[in-house]
Amino acid sequence: MDVSVLTLSRFQFALTIMFHYLFPPLSIGLGGLLVIMEAMYLKTRDVHYEAMTKFWTKIFAVNFAMGVATGITMEFEFGTNWATYARYVGDVFGSALAAEGIFAFFLESGFLAVLVFGWDKVSPRVHFFSACMVALGAFFSSIWIVVANSWQQTPAGYHIVGEGLTARAEITDFWAMVFSPSSMDRLIHTVIGAYILAAFFVMSIAAYYILKGRHLEFAKRSFTVALVVATVMSLAAPISGDLQGKKVAHTQPAKLAAMEAVFHTSNGPASLYLFGLPDAKEQRVNYGMAIPGMLSFLAHGDFQTPVTGLDQIPQQDWPPVAVTFYAFHIMVWLGTLFVVLTLAGAYFRWRGTLFEKRWLLWVFVLAVPLPYVANELGWVTAEVGRQPWIVYGLLRTSDALSKAVAAGQVLGSIIMFIVIYAMLFAVWVFVLDSKIRHGPDEVVVVPAGTTSVGLFGIAGLRAGTGGASLTATDDTTEKE
Amino acid sequence: MDLNIFWFILLGVLLAGYAILDGFDLGVGIVHLAVKKDEERRVLMNSIGPLWDGNEVWLVTFGGALFAAFPEAYATAFSGFYMAFMVLLFALIFRAVSMEFRGKHDSPAWRSFWDVSFCAASCVATLLFGVAVGNAMRGMPIGADKEFQGTFLSLLHPYALLVGLFAVATFAMHGSIYLYLKTEGELQKRIHGWMWRTFGFFLVFYIFTTIYTLVDLPLATHNFREHPWVWIVVVLNVLAIANIPRAIYLGRPGYAFLSSCATIAALTFLFGVALFPHLIHSTLNPDWSLTVYNAASSHKTLAIMATIAACGMPFVLAYTSVVYWVFRGKVQLGKFSY
Repeated sequence: MDVSVLTLSRFQFALTIMFHYLFPPLSIGLGGLLVIMEAMYLKTRDVHYEAMTKFWTKIFAVNFAMGVATGITMEFEFGTNWATYARYVGDVFGSALAAEGIFAFFLESGFLAVLVFGWDKVSPRVHFFSACMVALGAFFSSIWIVVANSWQQTPAGYHIVGEGLTARAEITDFWAMVFSPSSMDRLIHTVIGAYILAAFFVMSIAAYYILKGRHLEFAKRSFTVALVVATVMSLAAPISGDLQGKKVAHTQPAKLAAMEAVFHTSNGPASLYLFGLPDAKEQRVNYGMAIPGMLSFLAHGDFQTPVTGLDQIPQQDWPPVAVTFYAFHIMVWLGTLFVVLTLAGAYFRWRGTLFEKRWLLWVFVLAVPLPYVANELGWVTAEVGRQPWIVYGLLRTSDALSKAVAAGQVLGSIIMFIVIYAMLFAVWVFVLDSKIRHGPDEVVVVPAGTTSVGLFGIAGLRAGTGGASLTATDDTTEKE
Repeated sequence: MDLNIFWFILLGVLLAGYAILDGFDLGVGIVHLAVKKDEERRVLMNSIGPLWDGNEVWLVTFGGALFAAFPEAYATAFSGFYMAFMVLLFALIFRAVSMEFRGKHDSPAWRSFWDVSFCAASCVATLLFGVAVGNAMRGMPIGADKEFQGTFLSLLHPYALLVGLFAVATFAMHGSIYLYLKTEGELQKRIHGWMWRTFGFFLVFYIFTTIYTLVDLPLATHNFREHPWVWIVVVLNVLAIANIPRAIYLGRPGYAFLSSCATIAALTFLFGVALFPHLIHSTLNPDWSLTVYNAASSHKTLAIMATIAACGMPFVLAYTSVVYWVFRGKVQLGKFSY
């Protein structure tokens, strides 16, 4: 019975968190891109930038609503499915969560209303300020949730009170908890991942418009802004990943060993697998290709230092090796691909020939699922690699369950989640599709000298068209 | 004042904030099916369009603060009420989806499906909030290990259901008054009638709930005997309730809405008084109850979070007010509408 509650609860958590994480990275990254676009509009007063800001704001709003709806689930599940965990970590985890609610969520949702519905109700500057606050809110929220999760990876600033069933962690040093050994490295990597995802998302839609010959000026500018961000962030990702890898080697050797399928501690240089099929039973990697000494270099900075293998870790403390290995390796390969793609894009953009290269634009159109996969797999590496611990070295996942919950209840909720999330996903795709089909509003280029206020002024004349939707498309709403 | 009590009060403030703000948009959902025409239903949905998302954040923050300040109570309640919380979750998700989905396709069957689901989800969510309050008032079968010992059905006690219906009636009234403020013309005239009817329902359930509580729940009235000053709040509550029909009658819906807000705040306060110092009262053995002391985080955590709240809450209140100010006035369907 216990086993099945554990398995079902883990399945449900994986399902709901992975579904949830389809949305926050786009909110984080697109929030930043919106700030850049609107800043360019305010600076140049070029109506194309205004059209860009408006269009991407609509996409942002749809995505944000999905993030909120699926995020409430996560907060509930800590209590419903993982009550023992909640009792254990509440004292530590709680302050991060409270900070997230008070600093991030209110900021985001409050200013989002102004961002989406406030075009003709507030001045351009106030509107820009709202965009900044929304982006900041999304960023704050990533800070606190990564801080809380990092504490589970590398606990710090706490002591344990009580014993056995009543043991729990209590905070002793708030800042040590916030800056736990892994938190800042992980935060940077998470945010970089989010920006890559958002930039590829924008490039995909923009490239599609260019290929179809629609909204050309809008699409080219959107693509360029996103390409700059994507290139910088794709280059930054391996650097931050390397810093993080070195940290993991020190703080969570079992995770590193699983990520690289190091079954046996090396006597000297440890080699790095480019690919391979790890076999945990036989404790070897089949069909692997490895660079000798490279793992030692990446983990410890020189080619000779041995790397701790799984043989130094009691078997009951091993994470699932295959899942961790594959998730990590696929993420790294995708990251490498992003570097190649963005550099190619940047080179041709610099030469001025990018928008004629139809094959490359098609690659960008179709590449959009890849950063989603990379972001999810990064988290799979982090979370599966931490197993069998829910709090590394302190509390086992199997001990963290709710005692008052039976397997049947969890099964029931899993079925409901699958049905409702399938529907939610359909909503999201449907709404996104209609937005993309509709495209940005056509820009009316006003001859110079006629007016100095631009579309904001025209929008102002339309004032009074209040009441609004996060997702309405213009064509559906004209049929009043 | 010690920090445990401070956090009990702050949770009360967050709960009251949630009940007042999300109360009116849930209320709009509850009365949604009372209008038949597509355009009128759109007006109803758009009256809460830019606001409901921010209102729901109050619930998220209440949940987060409960987790942080009283993790034992959070863990016991959420795992004990597993199915109830899951149904609540699905109702909240469905509600959001209904609003977003309804306008996307122009067919009567499609739209009425989402209308019904919007209304049903609003009713179910409100009913469950009320049932939760009712169970907290009655106490729950909590064992020595702080774990819930009952079943899903034991939560559906007549008293809890009564409080659930009371919540539905309260939010329906609150939402109707809100709608009266946000609409105009012929639709507004009809909503005038709803204000009276929903107020009638509210009054009936208020009286029944009060009598049931006084007669059958000695635990809940204990603090009223010990601290007679809280009767002042009861009196204020009654005055606020009495002012609702007065303001409607005098044609001052703004005051009616404020009175309705004050009523909800006072009811939340009385709920807090009835509980204090307990968070969850054990019906098995009073010593096993979860209180603001034995269910709380450490003093240090409560102090850190009090600092966070002190830094953050003024900003929250400031920009919540700004957003409401920006979106004041009557609903007009336009380009960005649902």
